[in-house]
Amino acid sequence: MSGASGRPAYVIRRLLQAVPVVFAILMLNFLLLHLAPGDAAQVLAGEAGSATPEYMAQLRQRFGLDRPLAVQLLFYLKQMLVLDLGFSFRHSMPVLDLIVARLGPTVLLMVTTLVVSVSAGVALGLLAASRAGRWQDTLISVLALISYATPLFWVGLMLIVIFSVKLGWLPTSGMETVGAFHEGWTRVLDIGRHLILPALSLSLFYLALYVRLMRAAVLEQAGMDYVTTARAKGLNEARIILTHVLRNAVLPVVTVAGVQVGGLLGGSVVVESVFAWPGLGLLAFQSLFARDFNLLLGIFFLSACLVVVLNLAVDVVHTLLDPRISS
Amino acid sequence: MRRFARRFARSRAGLLGVILLAAVVTLAACAPLLFPGSPFRAVDRPFAPPLGSHLLGTDVLGRDVAAGLAHGARTSLTIGVLATSIAVLLGTFVGGLAGYYGGWIDDLLMRTTEFFQTIPTFLFAIVLVAILAPSVRSIVLAIAIVSWPTVARLVRGEFRALRGREFVQSCIGLGMPDRRVIVRHILPNCLSPIIVTGSLSVATAILIESALSFLGLGDPNVMSWGFMIAAGRTFLRTAWWLCAIPGTAILLTVLSINLVGEGLNDALNPRLQR
Repeated sequence: MSGASGRPAYVIRRLLQAVPVVFAILMLNFLLLHLAPGDAAQVLAGEAGSATPEYMAQLRQRFGLDRPLAVQLLFYLKQMLVLDLGFSFRHSMPVLDLIVARLGPTVLLMVTTLVVSVSAGVALGLLAASRAGRWQDTLISVLALISYATPLFWVGLMLIVIFSVKLGWLPTSGMETVGAFHEGWTRVLDIGRHLILPALSLSLFYLALYVRLMRAAVLEQAGMDYVTTARAKGLNEARIILTHVLRNAVLPVVTVAGVQVGGLLGGSVVVESVFAWPGLGLLAFQSLFARDFNLLLGIFFLSACLVVVLNLAVDVVHTLLDPRISS
Repeated sequence: MRRFARRFARSRAGLLGVILLAAVVTLAACAPLLFPGSPFRAVDRPFAPPLGSHLLGTDVLGRDVAAGLAHGARTSLTIGVLATSIAVLLGTFVGGLAGYYGGWIDDLLMRTTEFFQTIPTFLFAIVLVAILAPSVRSIVLAIAIVSWPTVARLVRGEFRALRGREFVQSCIGLGMPDRRVIVRHILPNCLSPIIVTGSLSVATAILIESALSFLGLGDPNVMSWGFMIAAGRTFLRTAWWLCAIPGTAILLTVLSINLVGEGLNDALNPRLQR
């Protein structure tokens, strides 16, 4: 309600709720590690045969692989709690360093996508609802229906055909122009140009989802008493929608956007591998080809943790929009 | 049944969906008749453009694109329907138990369900298929594992609502065994939302399957649309249609299923319509 039981207490409570989730993710990862072909040491060492026998022996000892499964789990948890995710021989780098190095581009892509899809979805949904039944509404709804049914990777490829191959406006792949060594604002602009197509392909699917949600929410709110009151007060329609309806109608969109964060990460695997965007998704794709299961599991673990953190952030945004939630 | 059909036919979008879907199903069913033999074998020179001696041309290895499309339809529909069936059965079971019994069973099952919704589902599917080795079986299993939570949450909600209704309460009061109450009285009353969710998740399953096979995690012995796009990807500059054709097939199939699902929703829940 007020004071200590307000927003900070809510955030702390949500943080505590995240602990068992992270623990469950660890258990799942342990299970997957043992499902993989070969013994766990081989999986941990990455590609079979590329690790030295000494390292394999050291791994077996460190993870207690000759002990019962329960002891192995304890060893594994101890290892993971200090974020020791092992070593990738394919990249000759510790898995954690690899992932951290690739985190930036993925977060950039995801945040851009989130901002673009939510804001455009809200705007178009609002437009469709305020023109309900007219051609603008039909057009927006049909486009949303189509982009909701289109595979992400295919959108990416078709955008490349149109904007890179045919029109030559935008680069086909990567995050920066190779060998250009831009600095300062030219570098930012260069990255921005590379970002447009991947962010657009990833946004379209979610955009469609948010448009439909927003349209339904606005239409629902438009029938409420407070709207009638506002109208009776003599407020003009634009003001009613922008100051009263928008704030209420945007809540379900934010809720769903929070839930979709995990999906966004999955989508970034395909989009990043289409555009060679040097993030976690591309790393996951490369680890599939190298059969580097330990790296793949490390990415899976940290992505799942990232989702937990981002969900928390969305919940906090939620309390800012609707103070009733934290009480 | 006739009333249901009439209500369904009232939505033009739903009707369009049925026609499109019927075309895809027919293509899938007739694939071995229309294009006998393996869709992986070369039939002509590579990169024959569409509308030549082969309706949709040939790909980089001289494989018939139309044959791939027909056989790919079989793969997508089979995997989509199988995975969704498993997900619906599992989701109904878990959601039903949680909703009917409530209490700690509900807590435990719903925390598990939420957990499966928190972890990045597509990434989880990738990890599962990669670790279990790509095959139709592992793909179906992976898609089912990431799809059941949606059904479980829906069924739980329905069961909870129905559990408190008088006809259910009186069955319990009469001493009817739980299993009979659930199967004979509650389940039939929440079939329509289950059918709608199920039909929509076939569409999602097909999207996941195409993305998996695009990433090289498809069953190597079965032709699939995602594989065709991945194979044509390198030649985007010279032969963009190799990607465009199978992608359009995915788009139309998924769209048709979504339209049918929405049509079913409108027809089965007439109260929702104003």
